[in-house]
Formats: sequence, structure tokens, C-alpha cells
Amino acid sequence: MQYQSQAVAKPYFIAAIGLFIGQILFGLIMGMQYVVGDFLFPEIPFNVARMVHTNLLIVWLLFGFMGAAYFMVPEEAERDLFSPKLALALFWIFLVAGALTILGYLLVPYAALAEMTHNDLLPTMGREFLEQPTITKLGIVVVALGFLFNIGMTVLKGRKTVISLVLLLGLLGLAVFFLFSFYNPTNLVLDKIFWWWVVHLWVEGVWELILGSILAFVLIKITGVDREVIEKWLYVIIAMVLVTGLLGTGHHYYWIGTPEYWQWIGSVFSALEPIPFFMMTVFAFNMVNRRRRQHPNKAATLWALGCSVMAFLGAGVWGFIHTLSPVNFYTHGSQITAAHGHMAFYGAYVLIVLTIISYAMPQLRGREANSNRSQVLEMWSFWLMTVSMVFITLFLTGAGILQVWLQRVADNPQPFMVVQDQISLFYWMREIAGLFFLIGLICYVTSFFVGSKEPAAQVAPTTV
Amino acid sequence: MSTTFTKSMARNIFYGSAMFFFLLLVGLVFHTTRVLPERDNRENITPAVALGKKVWEDNNCIGCHTLMGEGAYFAPELANVYERRGPIFIKAWIQAQPTRVEGRRQMPQFNLSEEELDALNEFFKWVNEIDDANWPPNIQG
Repeated sequence: MQYQSQAVAKPYFIAAIGLFIGQILFGLIMGMQYVVGDFLFPEIPFNVARMVHTNLLIVWLLFGFMGAAYFMVPEEAERDLFSPKLALALFWIFLVAGALTILGYLLVPYAALAEMTHNDLLPTMGREFLEQPTITKLGIVVVALGFLFNIGMTVLKGRKTVISLVLLLGLLGLAVFFLFSFYNPTNLVLDKIFWWWVVHLWVEGVWELILGSILAFVLIKITGVDREVIEKWLYVIIAMVLVTGLLGTGHHYYWIGTPEYWQWIGSVFSALEPIPFFMMTVFAFNMVNRRRRQHPNKAATLWALGCSVMAFLGAGVWGFIHTLSPVNFYTHGSQITAAHGHMAFYGAYVLIVLTIISYAMPQLRGREANSNRSQVLEMWSFWLMTVSMVFITLFLTGAGILQVWLQRVADNPQPFMVVQDQISLFYWMREIAGLFFLIGLICYVTSFFVGSKEPAAQVAPTTV
Repeated sequence: MSTTFTKSMARNIFYGSAMFFFLLLVGLVFHTTRVLPERDNRENITPAVALGKKVWEDNNCIGCHTLMGEGAYFAPELANVYERRGPIFIKAWIQAQPTRVEGRRQMPQFNLSEEELDALNEFFKWVNEIDDANWPPNIQG
């Protein structure tokens, strides 16, 4: 750790991991409800579990992004954070607001929560991923503004690098596009069009800038490759992200009442969306192969490479398989979508946050790298979680293919629930894969507590 | 990448293409909002439809169901439920929940008033009549 104020990243990372555990537990509850329908009913209805599962994901990734920014920007700007106190205050505000919102989901019926928080004054609730009470959304905006101010001032007053500018641009986009969550017209078609301006322009737009920036930062640090080379790659990759991803929004405008020309625009541009992800994979492996130094943190290298590969598979390949409109006509809103969603979020965003945590956390705790024992356990957790996620995705894809066939393609289409019963074997296997994911997560958390008394890992003296 | 391709070229490509494609997206979405009245059935948005959408949102129906294919994949598609089941069935179904059939997926009891149930039906009827390029492929959703 080069600057004292980087230390504020630590509570952000710890909170991120804590909420990640909660997300997985609720995922397992939902997976169970897919096969044992009345599991935990009426205490935790499926819609509540899903809201908790997806909202925890979003919140812990945001904690991860903010922690990443607080860690990276001082090193990039070569000066301390503008205000570590503000960063710490915003941490507690965000954590308490997030916890209260989740408790609200769990403790009162959603309609009561809407009433308690005066949703009618400015109705924004009850839309997928944007279920938070309006007051929470306003809180998110306040936290985002304070955060951007803090990071922006640090960059302005210090060295301006491509990495920090791209990160700032991504975070700014994140805040700006979130404002569309306050637009909720009665006309459902308009509602849906601009709902995607939050959801799509986040995950297939500005979040990828944040992803690229964090990946570039970690690669510079662990490979020692010249910054000029890495920053050039970063520009080209994020250019391709926006060239394909912005009009790629069109793949959400096929069947929601929007004109048919979106079927062409959406198909053509989103078919190109795997390209930037493939470039990211080539980039990461290329830089690691051309490394000028050996970094003792081997685990961080594994997360970074794993992120680039899994993001390409999950977002790129699994996105492509159902993005062309003639295919999507049959797969839209099926388990194929769920399969893609799981691997894409895991590969791109979960893994990039775990990459920066893996790189930064040993330093935040006072050394360059963890002990060998700790790193070995951390790498086990990578493989357990990643292989489990591959199987979750494959089982959901199997379920999705059968669902699409039985319900939408076959000569005598069958009702939704009749089809669900027939594909339950795949849901059981998905749940078992989910349990293995949990074991991986337990290994991950444990890796922070083992081998901390043993010496830090060293680079073998024989290597160049 | 070769040395003839410099970082400032890469930067210019990024900013240039980002601006170009963002403006293109804005332009196309603006055009979409202009031609939308031909497709979105807005002339039939009554106060009852608006109340129906409020009931839909206030009870987080999207947490289990899809609507025009978007939402959760735990329970049936509802954009065409009006056509598939009809208003009488929909109302009776919601009132009868939860079924408490052992091992079956359960829908909570939302304690909706008659007015709210009728409004929800009006909302489903309106959604069903939006021109959405003939999705879903068949009545099963």
C-alpha cells in the first residue's frame, strides 16, 4: 500500500464479501424452490428471495467497484484520497441503507413496504432489479454523487492516467444511467424501453469500462508490462465495447412493442458484442505471457485470467447463442436467459471484483502477498466456484433447451407448469452444483484466515 | 500492436466511436418514441389500466412472472394471460391463492380488492393488445 488513504477500501471489500455470502444463500433457497415449490413458504416467497438475491448482487458489486476505486485511484493519481473521511461516512450510509432495504424485503410484504416508503409520491418500485424503495434509490444517488466527487477531486488534483479516466467515465456513466430508474411511465412500453437504459447500459456498457480499467490496473501491477502498451489495449477494447454494446441495446427491443427495425439493429450489433470480450481474453493472456516481473501474488493472476475467460464465455458466447432475433423469438424469457445471466455476471463482474480484492487485500493487511497456504486455498476456491458456475450454466441451458422445445416449438405446446415438472431433473442438478459453489465460497472466506502467521509467498529466485 | 498505432489514435477512436454510437442510439430511440403510438395501444390506457399497473408493481409480480418475456422465470408469462385464461379465471385464481398443494410452487395471497382485481385484468387486457411482433410464439407463453 503506497498511500495511507487507500485503507478505506478495506471495509468496502469486507462488506462486499459479506453480502456475496448472503446472495449465494438466497440463491440456494430459490434453487430449492424451483424443485420443492413450497420450500420456506410462506416465510420467504420466491419473489422475495429473488429480490434479495439480485439486489445483494448489485449492491455487493457496487461495494466492490467503490472499494476498487478507493484503492486504485490514489496509486494512479499519486496522491492521497481527497477525503478518506467522506469515503468512510458514505460506506456506513450505503451499508445501513442497504441492510434496511433487505430487511424491509424480508420482514414486511412488498406492498406494505411500498406504502411505508410512500412509493405513490414517485412510483419507482416493482420493476425487476429496481425493486428498491424510492427513498433507497435517492440514497444511492447521494452516495454515488459523494463518491464521484471524492474520486473526481483526487484525479483532478493528481496524475491523470488512462486507467483512472476510464474508471471515472465508467462510474460517471453508472450514476447517470441510474437516473432512468426514476422514470416510470404508465405506458409499459416506454417504461421497458428506458428500464433497459439502466440495466443494459450498465452491464453491457459502462460497467465494462470499470471492468476494463480494473483489469488493466491489476495487469500493470502483476506483469510489469509497460503502461503505454496496456493503456492502448484498454482504449481499443472499450471502444469496441461501446461500438457493439450501445446499439446492442436493440436486442432488448425485439418483443416489447418497439418497431421491427430493432430486430436487425439488435441482431447485428449484439452479435459483435463477444469481440471486446475476446479481445480482453487475448489481452490478459498476452500481458501475462510478456510479463517483466514475477509477482508473488499468484492467486491474483489466476483471478484476472479467469475473469477474462469466463467473461468471454458467459457474456460473449452465452450471450451470442440467443441474441439473434429469430433465435430469441423462441428463447426470450426462458431458462436460456437465466443460464446466460448467471455465467455473465459471475465471469465479468464477480470475478473482476474478486480479482481486485485478491490483489489489494494482502496489501491492505500489510504485505505484498499472502502466504503460500492461504493462496493455495484461494486458488482452490477459484476452481470450485468457477467449475460449479460452469455446471450451473450447463444445467440451466439444458433446462432451457427442453423448456423452449416443449413449450414453444413442439407441435403440441404444453403449459408452463407442465413443462417445469418435466425438466425438474436439471433443476436438481443445478441446485447440487450450487452447493459446490457454496463450498468454494467457504474456501474463499477461509483463505483470509489461514496462514496469516506464515511468511508471505516469495518469488522463486531462479525465475527471470 | 505495432508502434505505428499510437495510444492517442486509440484514444481518438474510443471517444469518437463512443460519441457517434451513443448519439445514434439516442436518435433511434427518439424515432422509436415517435412511431410508438402506432404499436403500443396507448389510446386504451384508462385509469383502470394505470391502477392495474400499480397493483402489478406494488406486489412485485415481476419477482416470479415474466411480462413480455422480462422478469423471473419461476411462474408463467402474463402478457398474454388475458387471452389464455380470461378475466374470470384470473380473478378466481388470484383469490384462491395459495393452493397449499404440497411440493407445488406457491403464490402468496395478496388480499386485493374487487376494484384492484378488475384493474389488474384491464392492465393484462391492454398489454395483450400491444403490437409486440407476435411474441410469444404460441398461447402457452
